[in-house]
Amino acid sequence: MPGSVQSIERAAAVLRLLAAAPNGLGVADVGNALGLAKTTVHGILRTLHQVGFVEQDRSGAHYHLSDAFGRLGESYLDPNELRSRAINWADSLAARSGEVVRVGRLDGSKVVIVHHVFRPDDSDQDLDVGTTLPPHATALGKAVLAYDASGAARPKRLEAFTTRTITDPARLAEELATVRSRGWAGEFEEHTIEIAGIAAPIRGLGGLVVGAVGLIGRIERICDSRLRHRADLVTMVRATAEAIARDLRGDS
Amino acid sequence: MAEQYVAAVDQGTNSTRCILFDRRGRLVSVAQREHRQLFPKPGWVEHDAAEIWRNVTRVVPAALRQVGAEPGQIVAIGITNQRETSLLWDRATGRPIGNAVVWQDTRTDRLVAELAGDEGLDRFADLCGLPLNTYFSAPRLKWMLDHTPGLRARAERGEVLFGTMETWLIWNFTGGANGGLHVTDVTNASRTMLMNIASLEWDDELLAAFDVPRAVLPEIRPSSGVFATATEVLPGVRIGAALGDQQAALFGQTCFSAGEAKCTYGTGSFLLLHTGQEIVRSKHGMLTTVAYQIGDEPASYALEGSMAVTGSLVQWFRDGLGLIHTAAEIETLARTVDDNGGAYIVPAFSGLFAPHWRSEARGVIAGLTGYITKGHLARAVLEATGFQTLEVVDAMNADSGIALTALKVDGGMTANNLLMQFLADLLDVRVVRPMVTETVSLGAAYAAGLAVGYWPDLEGLRSNWHRAGQWLPNMDPTRRATEYANWQAAVQRTFNWIRPDQ
Repeated sequence: MPGSVQSIERAAAVLRLLAAAPNGLGVADVGNALGLAKTTVHGILRTLHQVGFVEQDRSGAHYHLSDAFGRLGESYLDPNELRSRAINWADSLAARSGEVVRVGRLDGSKVVIVHHVFRPDDSDQDLDVGTTLPPHATALGKAVLAYDASGAARPKRLEAFTTRTITDPARLAEELATVRSRGWAGEFEEHTIEIAGIAAPIRGLGGLVVGAVGLIGRIERICDSRLRHRADLVTMVRATAEAIARDLRGDS
Repeated sequence: MAEQYVAAVDQGTNSTRCILFDRRGRLVSVAQREHRQLFPKPGWVEHDAAEIWRNVTRVVPAALRQVGAEPGQIVAIGITNQRETSLLWDRATGRPIGNAVVWQDTRTDRLVAELAGDEGLDRFADLCGLPLNTYFSAPRLKWMLDHTPGLRARAERGEVLFGTMETWLIWNFTGGANGGLHVTDVTNASRTMLMNIASLEWDDELLAAFDVPRAVLPEIRPSSGVFATATEVLPGVRIGAALGDQQAALFGQTCFSAGEAKCTYGTGSFLLLHTGQEIVRSKHGMLTTVAYQIGDEPASYALEGSMAVTGSLVQWFRDGLGLIHTAAEIETLARTVDDNGGAYIVPAFSGLFAPHWRSEARGVIAGLTGYITKGHLARAVLEATGFQTLEVVDAMNADSGIALTALKVDGGMTANNLLMQFLADLLDVRVVRPMVTETVSLGAAYAAGLAVGYWPDLEGLRSNWHRAGQWLPNMDPTRRATEYANWQAAVQRTFNWIRPDQ
């Protein structure tokens, strides 16, 4: 059968078996049913467990399909889980860059801020967690919008916040293609006058983008003298996104 | 010149970690390994000390590898550790004698009652600052010596060494059976019940009361100061500090002056208030403890409010009840409802710590009705940590006569925004999270870096502290009072559950 991937076929067979066994199955049960070696079955079950499709009972002896398997269209990562995985790395980015750091994720047609670290200058600042941003007008938004295959988040009308906001769908598509090709998103007065930002996508297991991390601040600090986003900050943001992703994938 | 770092080794209850910090106190890399929790009998909790040392030998190189650092770039090692967990080992072979007995272990509850006798649980408080409780090391050490045939005689002959985890680590870092150094620091020693809180030396009266031979005890050193040069894992690097984890967090939060306080939210939670060079005796169930000692300067003291079960209640909700998959999901579940629906969970799993100190108490879920959903229970789980903090803050305000104006928080649970807001609402003060949440490791790094001159002084460290997040109080005072009264009524219902004849 040219072109098909054997391990995926086997994983599909395992899922079918588990779906038909409400009380769950052990490694040996699955191995016997499929005529596969125990080590092979164990590897498949462990991977399916890692991606959240199957769960183990308390003794660890039996596997069954997870609730999440029936709700695959929903976001697989809990927003509070994303925050707890991101918190150390976001702190570190804020300390190094000296700027406000935020972690966001797509929720419907908005980007919700799930974590916010103050600019480390001890000035008065308010926590923005739970507030939403327009995806097309912010770096954090573009960094997740660029990887949203469903198109559900793409607003029908692109609202203008400043004269620099991208309001033409074709230009937005171009901009998102740029984000994908270079791996980060920039913001330059598109949402707030005199404010610029840099954000990068956070990729979970299998490359799925689960959110983005980014910083924002005044243009003169975020951009160089030629008004380009500072390369050192871009590197820091991308390294932070990668560190959070490593943590999420469990291969730190 | 290549960048230099301080390596903090945090030997915690669930895992051992190594974190590298740079000169500005910024976290550079983290490596972590969990160790097994052994539960041989109900109420018993043990760790395999050999496994823990093995983990140290793995996480330290792993942390260096992450940033491509050579051992020569590490200027000092700072050690911090789960406190009160007690271990005996053979001086000649370096092998542990049995497992380490963990701070949560309650096997000594009968022994503690016997030791209290007619004089009560506070009979040693004047000497060591602590009430008799299964939490501290001395009853545990006595238990180990009493229950292993021939061990006390061997201990008297100097063949057996006692240590809390920092002592075990330093001994191994400096060669173990081949010339290892047997030392502890004032903060860890202050949790044994064997050290005189004023003289900072082992106290003969306490040693006699617990029947502990002096020969098993390590030498007590200042928390910050060069202990020795490591020969293992990071050969040639100086060990510059050792502090108990909560004291390390106080140091990492740069609470260097009297009146400054922090609360660390982890498995258990611990609020420490710096009281300067003064030894404040609590009348409201707080512990008197050593905050730190830098070189030959006078020691600084602290009042401590210890809550045994906070983060571990979330773990129980996850592992025991299976209502969530990850600890962070409790916030998602709690946000499915607007309030606790009238339910309160008092997690007196092994009695209550501060300010009650009731070892016979056991947990309750109070206010249970058919209306209560798992969302309400999730909220009650988080609120339990808030209410316990309020009890401790109330007691501390009464002891110190100073009302807390802001609370500096750290630890894993500070990622929980719902809890942080509830704390601000309940305490009616600002709750502030610093830029580095890993304050336990940071404190150990600071104390070690100070000892070797990597950082010049405490003021330099203060300038590294920045606010990363802040929650402001926003709760109606009447509601606050009602909620607290409900909680206190629920706490009353946990008392006297374990009866003497059981």
